[in-house]
Amino acid sequence: MTDVLERPRVTGRRRWTAGRVVAQLIVLLGAAIILVPFLWMLRTAVMPLEDLFRLPVQWLPTTVEWSNFAEAWVRGKVGRYALNSFIVAGLATLGTVVTASISAYGFAYLRSRWRSALFAMVLSGLMIPGIVTLVPTYVIFRELGWLNTWMPLIAPSWFGGGAFSVFLLRQFFRTIPRELREAATLDGASELRIYARVIAPLAMPAHAAVAIFSFLGVWNDLFGPLIYINDDALQLLPVGLAAFPNPQGVTAWNLMMAGALMGMLPCLVLFFLFQRYFIQGIVTSGLRG
Amino acid sequence: MLPAVLGFLLFTLGPMIFSLVMSFMDYGVITAPQWVGLDNWRRALFEDPLVWQSLRVTLYYAVGSVVLTSVLAFLVALLMNQPIVGQRVFRTIYYMPSVISGVPVAILWTWIFNPTIGVINTALRWVGIEGPRWLTSPEWVIPALILMSSWSIGGAMVIYLAGLQGVPNELYEAAQLDGAGAVRRTLSITLPMVSPVIFFNLVMSIIGSLQVFTQAYVMTEGGPINSSLFAVLYIYRNAFFYFQMGYGSTLAWILFLVIGLLTLLVFRSQRIWVHEEAQS
Repeated sequence: MTDVLERPRVTGRRRWTAGRVVAQLIVLLGAAIILVPFLWMLRTAVMPLEDLFRLPVQWLPTTVEWSNFAEAWVRGKVGRYALNSFIVAGLATLGTVVTASISAYGFAYLRSRWRSALFAMVLSGLMIPGIVTLVPTYVIFRELGWLNTWMPLIAPSWFGGGAFSVFLLRQFFRTIPRELREAATLDGASELRIYARVIAPLAMPAHAAVAIFSFLGVWNDLFGPLIYINDDALQLLPVGLAAFPNPQGVTAWNLMMAGALMGMLPCLVLFFLFQRYFIQGIVTSGLRG
Repeated sequence: MLPAVLGFLLFTLGPMIFSLVMSFMDYGVITAPQWVGLDNWRRALFEDPLVWQSLRVTLYYAVGSVVLTSVLAFLVALLMNQPIVGQRVFRTIYYMPSVISGVPVAILWTWIFNPTIGVINTALRWVGIEGPRWLTSPEWVIPALILMSSWSIGGAMVIYLAGLQGVPNELYEAAQLDGAGAVRRTLSITLPMVSPVIFFNLVMSIIGSLQVFTQAYVMTEGGPINSSLFAVLYIYRNAFFYFQMGYGSTLAWILFLVIGLLTLLVFRSQRIWVHEEAQS
């Protein structure tokens, strides 16, 4: 499905018409604008603090201080928070992939007269704003004694992983040729065996997409850790970064940029390594995770 | 099917009903929950001016950001659908901001909007314009956040691009034979053919943008003078700061009803502008 995206619509014509040149230039300009915030962040992160406040503004650093990253790491306790975030996002992602896959398999293949009604119900979760369930969910987790633990951030993912994940996987399962399943059934394979040996391996890209979106969702979420976690030792990166300490009263923007950059890095690395799963996931579902 | 169905019942439908019940209760932390009838609803709708302020701010932001990002994403997708040199590299660059949401992005943009030494006002000063005070100005704070949201057009762009590439080539060839120019082809073929994609994306963007929280929490704390008091921030304050969970639930339900109403409106408008034959 990604192949479609790699191929320009009009092939063969290599003439540089005026329209093509303009289109090329606009795309180039837009890309430059998109990159400016990244470059500004990088520039700020390596500058000494006093240079930041010097007027006229220096576009490029005259002194480069790589030690800012080490200082931000220590002062912002980035290592501790990032490790916590990794564990929570990892466990939540595992739950999402496993349970969304099982659920989606059911919705794609099981014969039940309840199937489409139940699927529509699960899918309606996409349209229901999360805010309306937030307060009661908090009360429930409080009653369970789960406040100030990671459970509220992990456990819900183990119940289907949300409508988006189920939808994406089910859409993908349905593109797998029916004949493959039928052949396996004729060979006497059980439903479990068909899932494990035929369908799941073929649907690896869709599982990868679900895993990536789930990981990013938890990694970037501020609200969850904000309301559930009080203990600093258990805190996650978004809350930690939002409360970056500036003891001298002056906001150390260079350190904050270094911290923000470190917070983004895992997402960017995931993106560059698995770009094609991102795109495929979006195209298969028509949704953005 | 079971995990997803259970998950829906436990974490969506159940809490939704519970939330509605709570909206009729005084639900604090220390005292026992108490039934108060319509008190919360009366307070929210008639006595608390901040409720209307938060809804006004949220709608302003949502309309601005949904329109701006949808139009930009569609234009970029149209351009990227041309034989662009380096298409893959450009797609990567345009999508990049969409993978890094949340707090780091909010911190970055707070710095970008700095009135004296931020990159926007520095660039503006360069061409002789004194830029506004952005996040610390009641008039400019929402436009600033709308501008910031337009940085993340990548997801919508990829969806539109996929939609554009699904339009059969024969349609364009036939129109070209009939003498239709590029603009005409875009308006009469491209737009109707991808209108279902635009519709779907619109619905999801509206639902998402009405629930903005991180920007308000990290960048503005709702200020200045409540001019960026987003609905979710106000709900957060009531439910998790003042611990008035009953009242917070009422506010959440009001936002839910607003979102539902808007979604319904967009669904209703579907028959006017969404091309039926393209729906599959």
